[in-house]
Amino acid sequence: MKSRKKVRRFIVPLLFVSILVLLSGCSESIRVLDPKGPIGESQKDLILISSLLCAIILVPVLALTAFIVYRYRDKPGNKAAYKPNWSHSTLMETIWWGIPVVIITILAIVTVKGTYDLEPSKPLDSEKKPLVIQATSLDWKWLFKYPEQGIATVNYIEIPEDVPIRFELTSDAPMNSFWIPELGGQMYTMSGMAMKLHLQADEPGEYYGSGANFSGEHFADMKFTVRATSEAEFNKWVESVKQTSPALTEEGYQQLAKPGKADVQYFSSFPEGLFERIVTKYVVEGDEGHAGHRQMTTEESPSSEPEQPKSDMSHEHAGH
Amino acid sequence: MLDSIKDFASEFFVTGDPLILGAQVSIAIAMVAILFVLSYFKKWGWLWREWLTTVDHKKIGIMYIICSILMLFRGGVDALLMRLQLAMPEMQFLEAEHYNQIFTTHGVIMILFMAMPLMFGLFNIVVPLQIGARDVAYPFLNALSFWLFFWGAMLFNVSFVIGGSPDAGWLAYPPLSGLTHSPGVGQNFYIWGIQISGIGSLATGINFIVTILKMRAPGMTLMKMPMFTWSVFSSCIIIIFAFPILTVTLALLFLDRFLGTHFFTLDAGGNPMMYINLIWMWGHPEVYIVVLPAFGIFSEIAATFSKKKLFGYKSMVFAMISISVFSFFTWAHHFFTMGSGADVNAFFAVTTMAIAIPTGVKVFNWLFTMFRGRITFTTPMMWMIAFIPCFVIGGMTGVLLSVAPADFQFHNSYFLIAHFHQVLIGGVAFGYFAGLYYWWPKMFGFKLNEHLGKWAFWFWNIGFYVCFMPQYVLGLDGMTRRMYTYDFDMGWGPLNLVSTIGGFMMGIGFIFQVWQIAYSIKKNQKDVTGDPWNGRTLEWSIPSPAPLYNFATLPQVEAVDDWWEKKQKREQGIAPPPAPPLEPIHMPKNSGIPFIKSLLWFFVGFGFVWGWLWMAIPALIGVGICMLVRQFSYDTDYYIPVSEVQKAEAQARGAAL
Repeated sequence: MKSRKKVRRFIVPLLFVSILVLLSGCSESIRVLDPKGPIGESQKDLILISSLLCAIILVPVLALTAFIVYRYRDKPGNKAAYKPNWSHSTLMETIWWGIPVVIITILAIVTVKGTYDLEPSKPLDSEKKPLVIQATSLDWKWLFKYPEQGIATVNYIEIPEDVPIRFELTSDAPMNSFWIPELGGQMYTMSGMAMKLHLQADEPGEYYGSGANFSGEHFADMKFTVRATSEAEFNKWVESVKQTSPALTEEGYQQLAKPGKADVQYFSSFPEGLFERIVTKYVVEGDEGHAGHRQMTTEESPSSEPEQPKSDMSHEHAGH
Repeated sequence: MLDSIKDFASEFFVTGDPLILGAQVSIAIAMVAILFVLSYFKKWGWLWREWLTTVDHKKIGIMYIICSILMLFRGGVDALLMRLQLAMPEMQFLEAEHYNQIFTTHGVIMILFMAMPLMFGLFNIVVPLQIGARDVAYPFLNALSFWLFFWGAMLFNVSFVIGGSPDAGWLAYPPLSGLTHSPGVGQNFYIWGIQISGIGSLATGINFIVTILKMRAPGMTLMKMPMFTWSVFSSCIIIIFAFPILTVTLALLFLDRFLGTHFFTLDAGGNPMMYINLIWMWGHPEVYIVVLPAFGIFSEIAATFSKKKLFGYKSMVFAMISISVFSFFTWAHHFFTMGSGADVNAFFAVTTMAIAIPTGVKVFNWLFTMFRGRITFTTPMMWMIAFIPCFVIGGMTGVLLSVAPADFQFHNSYFLIAHFHQVLIGGVAFGYFAGLYYWWPKMFGFKLNEHLGKWAFWFWNIGFYVCFMPQYVLGLDGMTRRMYTYDFDMGWGPLNLVSTIGGFMMGIGFIFQVWQIAYSIKKNQKDVTGDPWNGRTLEWSIPSPAPLYNFATLPQVEAVDDWWEKKQKREQGIAPPPAPPLEPIHMPKNSGIPFIKSLLWFFVGFGFVWGWLWMAIPALIGVGICMLVRQFSYDTDYYIPVSEVQKAEAQARGAAL
């Protein structure tokens, strides 16, 4: 009986230790903790710094808990002090308020700095010109357009390594969230807005990407592969998509946008201004539109669009 | 004719799923059994007089607790179904749609129909006794609050056998929850179930604020209030500010769905972001609503079972009130990744992590309550001790989540799931279990079996870590919440399997608790002292279970732990002042109106769920009639004569001897 109690007393601390071991042991294979790009790298550093700051409080508190519970247990012959009416100590309470204040202040400074540094709409420092990829979440698949290359894909991204990628994100379905854990944190995709997310891959490889925000029945199937290659290979890939794949027509897009799962697909071209039309789909005449809308790219001139069902809206909007 | 009935029935009842068919059959059997037992033992009149029409806060509290335990069972079964589906990669156990319904109902039930009623049950049982009052400020409203909660919860719960469960997530973001993407009735059940019970919650918040401010025993100044009462007070402050937001938000969502307005649709100028802001302006304070009373419970338990005064009373009060204020400045941390920009994100990151300061202080104060005390390891105290490491770790991961740029990697992942389960199970569930064990003798007059309770405790606790620690890792490995299946090559299989095993361990813990309750009822080892734990506050100064009128004479309060101080004085041989003579006690009369009116609200909700105005409108008129009848009832109270009080007191004392 006695020994069983002793065993119990050590089970809880033991569990924590095993968790820590588990966490540290896995860090090499855990996607977020093994990033392959500068954004993911900075985020990992932040995670580690903040964990460390938290551990400064966590570890002593756990140790103190174990100590106090053991030391002051009600047991015949326990010689520890017993002061039933001792309930206030200004010095101690000042310390208890002081420690969290100091730690949280440091963490707040780190956080605020990190928030500005890692603001996802901020372009990355690089000598190379960023590659633009426009991502649209649909029910239940991802459509990626490369406006400069003129190609499009479904559920697949190929990028050159060491080149900053500017993702422009929107949705033509309930909102979702675009997340490639090994490259960096996620960003929501929402109708009527074009959000920006800058990421970069430092080394070639295949990375997992997914929709992170629940968007209905088959949202779990909204995953995609990101393949980072050398620039030469990337250009070769673009060429081969251009040569061998069908074009995405307006009707093709309407079909694609219907609810349903989809496999990986490649398109040698896509209707011009499609992304802009998706973003401005809900703009009402006379409305200024949503904040995100103003950040849109203007590389493609709306006036050159072919006549499309929704294009009158974007024409009008362009005229404002 | 027959065909149209068939068509209707196939739409009305959920068919085609063997799991749900099983549930339907067992519901039918259970209902027949209940009706049979009540009729056979001629208990209908008893049920009506003693329970359905009662305005006694103690009985209302017991009904809240029974409901919440049933809801814990249902929400727990949902959880285990989900864990089974995720135990292995590419499981074929649940369909995607069914999985979506289950996580939606799991979330709603656990927060709104399990945690909230368990909390209200403890409010009802403990607060009047702790402040030396004979009832809550508005007993009729209190009964109404309970029945609104009850029928709202029933409305939500029938959805899975009638019409289909909601499946747009527990906070139902539009446009997914709008008519275009959720055309079925499930989302209507969500709206009306929560709406009806939510109004009950708001009324409870008002009721307890007034009770605490106006009904305290003579001498009990605010700074002499027991800590649990303080926690209820701060929680109710949040309720009265947060729940109106929920009511309005759901009303607007219903208008969007029912009348085709465009508050939350992008076309015609609405904005889904508006909904997300509003729902989190309620939703984040909501987690503090449920956790603050748990803090209060732990404060009582830590002091009682360390046989020592609560350390840093003033700090505790200040921390609690500042948490309740700060809880309203953190909602945007739920969407750091929606592109609000660095200014907004930085602001909400800092306000969110600032809440860790008062919370941390509370943890230190609990530790120092135990420091230089004498700790006895009763079941309530064991839950209290287990809470500290669990909540501290959960709180730390919360601080990690509040680091906005890092949150970009945590958001919507299993890291987040592990975090909030850790604070909600480790904080709220552990706290309410502790409270339930602690005050059980006061409710029923007998203690729960400690031996079985310890088995339950260990299964819950170890199961908890086995279940949720792997989820932190899974989240960091890119596994997102709400996915119903995943591929073999993701490498998530083993950790998910471990997590599922942990989930089932907690399930076994729950079975031990049910066994414990059943066993203890059968054994019924009467607590004859009224003070089985050697308690410190007023509720332990009266017999268990408390008589109808609680206190024969209202106590005169002099100190924070008044009952403890009086016991100390008695031990030192100082005689208590002679009790004043008994007087007739003013009590509220029972009323059937709360039950009937809330049942009518159920029909209002059910009518609107199906778009049946022929049902909703007459039921609404019935609600109006109930209000009028109550308005013109004058015979609503009575006096318990001195002779009866004497008899009851003698009986209680007789039991004590």
